[in-house]
Amino acid sequence: MSFFGFGQTAEIDIVLNDAESRKKAEHKTEDGKKDKYFLFYDGETVSGKVNVTLKIPGKRLEHYGIKIEFVGQIELYYDRGNHHEFVSLVKDLARPGELSQSQTFDFDFTHVEKPYESYTGQNVKLRYFLRATISRRLNDISKEMDIVVQTLCTYPEINSSIKMEVGIEDCLHIEFEYNKSKYHLKDVIVGKIYFLLVRIKIKHMEIDIVKRETTGTGPSVYHENDTIAKYEIMDGAPVRGESIPIRLFLAGYELTPTMRDINKKFSVRYYLNLVLIDEEERRYFKQQEITLWRKGDIVRRSMSQQATIAAQRYEGSNSETASARAKEESN
Amino acid sequence: MAEAIADTRRLYTKPQNLSDAYGPPNNFLEIDVSNPETVGVGRNRFTTYEIRLKTNLPIFKLKESRVRRRYSDFEWLRGELERESKVVVPPLPGKALIRQLPFRGDDGIFDDSFIEERRQGLEQFLNKVAGHPLAQNERCLHMFLQDESVDKNYTPSKIRQA
Repeated sequence: MSFFGFGQTAEIDIVLNDAESRKKAEHKTEDGKKDKYFLFYDGETVSGKVNVTLKIPGKRLEHYGIKIEFVGQIELYYDRGNHHEFVSLVKDLARPGELSQSQTFDFDFTHVEKPYESYTGQNVKLRYFLRATISRRLNDISKEMDIVVQTLCTYPEINSSIKMEVGIEDCLHIEFEYNKSKYHLKDVIVGKIYFLLVRIKIKHMEIDIVKRETTGTGPSVYHENDTIAKYEIMDGAPVRGESIPIRLFLAGYELTPTMRDINKKFSVRYYLNLVLIDEEERRYFKQQEITLWRKGDIVRRSMSQQATIAAQRYEGSNSETASARAKEESN
Repeated sequence: MAEAIADTRRLYTKPQNLSDAYGPPNNFLEIDVSNPETVGVGRNRFTTYEIRLKTNLPIFKLKESRVRRRYSDFEWLRGELERESKVVVPPLPGKALIRQLPFRGDDGIFDDSFIEERRQGLEQFLNKVAGHPLAQNERCLHMFLQDESVDKNYTPSKIRQA
């Protein structure tokens, strides 16, 4: 905002209609700080008001149009200029003209699709935001408001355990087992390591959670590995026939759901890395991918909400009876 | 529908065989480098070290062995391992060329404290190397540790177990 001599200028403010009732979620910013933003799910309506406040009383504000946009975009840090917008909705609030006094405009993005979860990573960022803009001759006045989107999943139908025998011929044979292949973010990894053959001198064993963020395509693929957690599960030398239990609570770590090939731009995958260290500090390891997913807290409400949304998306159906039926089913 | 508390009970495990639990471990391997002896006279003197090995690993032909080796034999072993295997071979204790120059106040490379330092370094080196699963596959390591003498004209090969 700049004051050029006697020109009128204004302040824009975006306020959501459900600002009082809507939950906020913490989300890390690019520089590592944590901030709170309004939390939205896929299909929810984003509605509110845009307040335009004139700074200099008495003067008119000439403009070439006032609009509000709802944007979902992917930003690759090494290619900042190109934002890949996968959601882009516009609502015109005012045709080109003049504002003689401060004014408030309503907006409503009904049942807007939010296909991916908000993500801020090492080399890529996916974010959703509202942007209100007053277009002017020399410089636009605009305001952005970030929101956070989380994608929820239901319990996977098939969730097989991971069980494998690995080792080095004649030196070390182990069988490892993890109770599931898909874990939700507050889940517990229950497993065991069974020693079949131990001809090396093991000092201790740990299990690491490794996050791999992959950006780029084709020849310029880049993997960023980050060890989120290191958890010692055994201290000392095991012998044949011994079983070491694993119980790793995921809620204590900063994890996101597994994100596969998001808009063909990036992936975020998680691996369990089982590491055995011998007396000469040699490391023997086995990496295994796991799928992380986000469980919804309140299942009932979203079911009837989703029924309402589904009914409204299909022509000819009676939305009232559909949501009433859904409420009955969930009770 | 949704479980309030996750099931964290341990997975089922087979009970351990008692002889496995209380018997000798399968990874017994002890190597000692000791008894330095300087042989020869004048300019042709050199120091040999006794290498004693005790093990129950099947890859070693002899469960107990005792050989004598000199520093240049260790250098030969290190070179062979670097060339033949993918192992990152640890360094040997220093070559001490300066100690071999004349007009020294002490006994040079036959100085007791130097020999002791070298002995320790050689012992550390062998323990690191002999316990490495990949180095254990090399013929040169077994020849060095258990054969009467080192045949530098040997044919490099990998040990294969039936």
